[in-house]
Amino acid sequence: MNPFTVHTGLVAPMDRANVDTDMIIPKQFLKSIKRSGFGPNLFDELRYLDEGQPGADCSRRPLNQDFPLNFPRYQGASVLLARENFGCGSSREHAPWALEDFGIRSIIAPSFADIFYNNCFKNGLLPIALDAADVERLFASMHAEEGYRLTVDLERQRVVEPDGRETYFDVDEYRRYRLLNGLDDIGITLEHADAIHRYEAQAREARPWLFDAVAAGEPQEQGV
Amino acid sequence: MSARTLYDKLWDAHLVENLDGGSALIYIDRHLLHEVTSPQAFEGLRLAGRRPWRIDANLATPDHNVPTDKAERDGGVEGIVDPVSRLQVQTLDENCRDFSIVEFEINDRRQGIVHVIGPELGATLPGMTVVCGDSHTATHGALGAMAQGIGTSEVEHVLATQCLVQKKMKNMRVQVDGQLQPGVSAKDVVLAVIGKIGTAGGTGHAMEFAGEAIGSLSMEGRMTLCNMAIEAGARVGLVAVDEVTLDYVRGKPYAPVGELWERAAQDWRQLHSDPGAHFDTVVELRAEDIAPQVTWGTSPEMVLPVDSCVPDPAGIEDEGKRRATERALEYMGLEPGQAITDIRPDRVFIGSCTNSRIEDLRAAAEVVRGRQVAEGVKQVLVVPGSGAVKAQAEAEGLDRVFIEAGMEWREPGCSMCLAMNADKLGAGEHCASTSNRNFEGRQGFGGRTHLVSPAMAAAAAVTGHFVDVRTLGPHTAQGDAA
Repeated sequence: MNPFTVHTGLVAPMDRANVDTDMIIPKQFLKSIKRSGFGPNLFDELRYLDEGQPGADCSRRPLNQDFPLNFPRYQGASVLLARENFGCGSSREHAPWALEDFGIRSIIAPSFADIFYNNCFKNGLLPIALDAADVERLFASMHAEEGYRLTVDLERQRVVEPDGRETYFDVDEYRRYRLLNGLDDIGITLEHADAIHRYEAQAREARPWLFDAVAAGEPQEQGV
Repeated sequence: MSARTLYDKLWDAHLVENLDGGSALIYIDRHLLHEVTSPQAFEGLRLAGRRPWRIDANLATPDHNVPTDKAERDGGVEGIVDPVSRLQVQTLDENCRDFSIVEFEINDRRQGIVHVIGPELGATLPGMTVVCGDSHTATHGALGAMAQGIGTSEVEHVLATQCLVQKKMKNMRVQVDGQLQPGVSAKDVVLAVIGKIGTAGGTGHAMEFAGEAIGSLSMEGRMTLCNMAIEAGARVGLVAVDEVTLDYVRGKPYAPVGELWERAAQDWRQLHSDPGAHFDTVVELRAEDIAPQVTWGTSPEMVLPVDSCVPDPAGIEDEGKRRATERALEYMGLEPGQAITDIRPDRVFIGSCTNSRIEDLRAAAEVVRGRQVAEGVKQVLVVPGSGAVKAQAEAEGLDRVFIEAGMEWREPGCSMCLAMNADKLGAGEHCASTSNRNFEGRQGFGGRTHLVSPAMAAAAAVTGHFVDVRTLGPHTAQGDAA
């Protein structure tokens, strides 16, 4: 995973509440067994006028000219400005994969759905929850100024506007540390292997029925 | 020890270690896998040269894009027509073989939707921590288990370490006192809850359903409730263990037996919130006030009792809400103020991890029995949640009830809930669906989903429009006035 420290980038809007992960990446693209290549299908049903198919050449598809991410002024955007409960619905990590593949590095919204929020950090994406009033101000500034850029500083936990105004954001210390350093989660957890083994020994003693059931093979009888 | 909630108890029992910054390492007892969210996780293990930490904690089955059409299904994996779907199911088979993980393959009698087979096999048990790369894992909380959906990176993390890194959630209690009216089901309860608190109402919380009406629900009903906790924003849904739970678990293929059962049952009887335990948020509903629900929009919170009219955006003050309502009505092709009972579904889907268990099929069959699919309804799919549910339904003759009414009786899988296989809506088509999400395009590009209970879906199928199932009355030889 790439580290995330400070990022400055063009801001684009996704101006609706409850953007769900079906909207971020529709189900037909979930059949891929890869982690990459989802960018052209980000917001597929909003971005194009036809129905997207896996493997189709998106450069030949009719674009929805009313969808902001297709506006010339937002080309190359890497900061997405969004509304309440962004990323609700399915747990599909294909959603952050698609955003990341498209070039988004950070999403700013008043609130996020839990699973999506968590998935972002695993993929070098920084979701930032700000007060609704702050988000409203950023929307207004973005609309007012073509080429509007924001700086997202994870080290100092600040969103910096072009006029120098800074807004603090909260982020869990463990997630911040890993993202700043681009660390592999599994490697860190495996440093605690002894504690996991100790827990297992104690749990096996206290709740033995939780162990070995499935490995014991076929169930005795087909139950209904 | 001070009074604890059910979630507190489950958290404490699975705490491996507290980490810096308020996170903790939580041990996972059961990991369910399916074909869609696991291939990249196995690939990650391979690239890093890692092995699963504890193989017997894992159980896999393909469900999301298996065909439900009998002829296609009979061809097994090789017979899956869509090559991309086929490759994904083959990849699951290969990964499970390579890593020695138990898998119930496509035509195994034990195959089914992960959230249906876990409980019915006793592979998910009370007091467990359960995860799966699927947000509807909350379903298993009905057994008094801490169950939650995870992303693919966490699937890999659980495979490699048997743990999750988490922050403890807040506690929420949804209290439903009183008794539900006949014809009103768990699905109506959870839709009413979502309508009340919104799709973000439970964000950051573990949501425990409690109260007289919840205690009166069957396990199937409790699973429906917990299944949709995520639609209210809560990753974890819970119901306390009681005798209904123990009766359900007893005798399941993987459930403990003999002395081990006695020990387990004693442990499980503690799995309830203590009197006086602290909940950060409490929501209360009266069971008697809940009518059959129908969603009219593109988010599960856009839901109303069946006898209502679709909202008129002109009367909504909040600008964001007004715009969302306008957009939803446009997508759904509905007029402001239109009666919900005037909406005519083109197709009906009875199935999904929310409502494809035996009790759901019985409820639907009871409405359908002796009636016919109404004119104007192009297709009614009835998709059992597992091989076991299918066998049980056939033993009870429910399949005949559906087939004789002009409905299609299919093979088990996720089917039209998310339309990853051939079962989908055409653009502009309305669907009465027992699934869990009415998002734009969820059931097919341009498709229009209305979430309802199995009985309500069946009622819409035989009348051709949404109707309060409580008014339908018994079937007569001449058919229905409606």
